[in-house]
Amino acid sequence: MSKVLTIDEVVGSLESGMTVGIGGWGSRRKPMALVRALCRSDVTDLTVITYGGPDVGLLCAAGKVRRLVTAFVTMDSIPLEPHFRQARQTGAIELTEYDEGMFMFGLYAAAHRLPFLPTPVGLGSDVMRVNPELKTVRSPYEDGQELVAVPALKMDAALIHMNRADARGNAQYLGADPYMDDLFAKAADRTYVSCERLVDTADFAKEGPPQSMLISRAQVTGVVETPNGAHFTDCEPDHRRDEAFQKLYAKSAADPEAWAAFRDRFLSGDEAAYQDAVRTWQEESR
Amino acid sequence: MSDVTRAEVCAVACAELFRGDGEIVAAAVAGFVPMLGSRLARATFEPDLLTTDGGPTLSAEPVPLGRTAEVAEGWLPFRDHLWLVLNARRHVVMGPSQIDRYGNTNISCIGDWERPARQLLGSRGGPGNTLLNPTSYWVPKHSARVFTDKVDFVSGVGWDRGAHEIRAVVSNLAVLDFDTPDHRMRLRSVHPGVTVDDVVAATGFELAVPGDVPQTRLPDDEELRVMREVLDPKGLREREVPA
Repeated sequence: MSKVLTIDEVVGSLESGMTVGIGGWGSRRKPMALVRALCRSDVTDLTVITYGGPDVGLLCAAGKVRRLVTAFVTMDSIPLEPHFRQARQTGAIELTEYDEGMFMFGLYAAAHRLPFLPTPVGLGSDVMRVNPELKTVRSPYEDGQELVAVPALKMDAALIHMNRADARGNAQYLGADPYMDDLFAKAADRTYVSCERLVDTADFAKEGPPQSMLISRAQVTGVVETPNGAHFTDCEPDHRRDEAFQKLYAKSAADPEAWAAFRDRFLSGDEAAYQDAVRTWQEESR
Repeated sequence: MSDVTRAEVCAVACAELFRGDGEIVAAAVAGFVPMLGSRLARATFEPDLLTTDGGPTLSAEPVPLGRTAEVAEGWLPFRDHLWLVLNARRHVVMGPSQIDRYGNTNISCIGDWERPARQLLGSRGGPGNTLLNPTSYWVPKHSARVFTDKVDFVSGVGWDRGAHEIRAVVSNLAVLDFDTPDHRMRLRSVHPGVTVDDVVAATGFELAVPGDVPQTRLPDDEELRVMREVLDPKGLREREVPA
């Protein structure tokens, strides 16, 4: 019954060459504890599907990404992601670049086990030029409209971060936006949920209304409790984005020497060591 | 009220983008000035507009810059924004890194896409916004690097590539539109203190310039009061426009 795993068990079940979806949006509710663990692992050669934020940056910096499928990579309050930029500018990663609405249709298609979903979005733009594998279809009805057939974004595994989950893998978001996390969970063969806090199933109702229960255990392979696990991205109402730390990250990522120091200080140990190092840094910065 | 700043002229020009739009979502994502403009339009001459507080909340009233809505009249998470692009009851203001004479824009990368000299944001919602929604642009620093002969990547389609409607471009120097027979960019008005030559010199392609170019209108007293006392008392608009 219980699907509770450790961070290492989740990452240990992933293999090199897999296609991995990551929930959240930009620098918001990213499963950063799982991403950090993935960076420490031997897994490599990944195809990563996500509305990109610093998760993409960390994975690029660790050399884990072969191909990225995305519409953007941003940290919101800091528009551009230095590691992602570096990876693109040195040719270190391959990119499938979609419009963000096309991307959502790719998720919907995969979640509904459809081969594609049609949308006009993309026509006329260079998204069609740089993705020559994209095909168009014509409406069979009177309108005869030409539409882009956005292929299903299938994935071997998805990693998402929720505010609450129970041991069976049901999960709840308590912030203002679900992002596309339920679509990732339905699109993937296996979905792993990290959460701020594991709760008894009976306690979901105390935390939020029924419609906040976004993820069903039927879609979930494993669940892991990672308090402050979305740090430094936003995870309202449990914690806001750590803007000061994000600034430190961005500044460090833009300079090789500073990045080595950042990595040594924050990313050389496990998740507990990371959280300790962050707390120490926060106390020092006060 | 006097000593109108350039940022205030720009904000009113951004508000004017929404005149006549009615009951649609004003998605002014390009910065403080267009965000202020959309809320100013709603607070004055375009009261049916829907605006957000920058998050997933449709606010019951126009919200001051940097504040969250005290009263919500609706919920618009990202998935519904993307649905709304297709539904089309939306007018978006984006910030281009490059824009050409037909309003094709680039927010993706500078140089060859295969291996860019400078990676930017990525296409984000540009292709859908421009194909399906009225789209306008805000350029806080008008230069020939932004207003360029050819964009390196078409992330937002222009009039010659099937755009729904590229309505206008507001920059720190001028307002430009596409009101020409073949939808080439035209100089509509210059801001107070700016000459036609200034704009032409800062534009990397040939602009359509009418014989008589009017001055961008000044904010009226009520608009100044709403901006200064209600919607942007901290003056965030002034940070975005170089003096």
